[in-house]
Amino acid sequence: MHSSSPSSPAVGSGLRALSIAAAAVMAVALGLVFFYAPLDADQGFLQKIFYLHVPLAIVALCGFVAGGLMAIMYLRTREARWDMRSYVAIHMSLIFAVATLITGSIWARGSWGRWWAWNEPTLVSFLIVFLLYATYQPLRFAIEDPERQARYASVFAITAAAFVPMNFIAVRLSTAYLHPRVLGSTSNLPPRMAFTFVISLLAVALLYATLCSCELAAKRARAQLRTLRRLADARAGAGADAGGQSRRTRSETPPMPAAGTLAAPAPRGGL
Amino acid sequence: MPTALLGALPALPLHEAGKYVAAAYVVAFAVVLIYVAIMAVRLSHIQRELGELSRRERAAAGRQPDSTGESQLP
Repeated sequence: MHSSSPSSPAVGSGLRALSIAAAAVMAVALGLVFFYAPLDADQGFLQKIFYLHVPLAIVALCGFVAGGLMAIMYLRTREARWDMRSYVAIHMSLIFAVATLITGSIWARGSWGRWWAWNEPTLVSFLIVFLLYATYQPLRFAIEDPERQARYASVFAITAAAFVPMNFIAVRLSTAYLHPRVLGSTSNLPPRMAFTFVISLLAVALLYATLCSCELAAKRARAQLRTLRRLADARAGAGADAGGQSRRTRSETPPMPAAGTLAAPAPRGGL
Repeated sequence: MPTALLGALPALPLHEAGKYVAAAYVVAFAVVLIYVAIMAVRLSHIQRELGELSRRERAAAGRQPDSTGESQLP
């Protein structure tokens, strides 16, 4: 299924390096947020949520798009690893999207005095994208055939990824200026705020990459374990058959098949 | 040097906004922590299954000389 083993030193050291980098950048980002970035003149200390909430939202939306691009790769190549990557990217983006919605609601409560604003296009469009992707997993696991599961999930991922730019466009076109503009006004940020924001974005992106790598490594390990189990079961079955037949008629005993020939192919899309 | 650096750091204002900022960061941290905990449980399952499989294989390998010997009899 995959060329690299999850326990191979290359994957292990890569994941370790990524984890260390993510932890280090996150620590630096937290230090910058609370000790370097100046207080916002308008929102004061509450604006510190901005350095967490906005990177989470950007990384989640980029992850959804990445999932769509990987789904395109799967449909082009029919290689299971692209489907698995697409699934993991979307799965992780959903988790980040949950964190985005919760931190956004906390900010809204502090800034607007309410947890949610239905007349705010940014919030509602993000919620629509989130709910759309929330149906991805039920759809995926409702299909039993691994090949069809991967194909349908890929088509869904590509279609849903088209909705993500709409979220950004909605932010630009929205007329109710309740939600702060972020991407369009980054150049207007004081340099210390802009620098802190960029480092925070990098930290959240590294966290996303690390968690995706962990999830992929776990999935590869499970797939390899499944293949090994199937191989062991098949060998045990063949051994039992051979033993039974040899007890009946020793002259008709078939030769023991080689272990490699019993290896059933790993599921292409099964996760 | 460290004293000068600490002196230059802005004081953290702990007014009304403090609890919201703390809540947001704690929630985000908790979401990641819950996910990592779930991953740890899943990895422990994989580890357990792998142990079980290797035990089975070792037991099968211990029995194998008898069966192959039997099948190789003229």
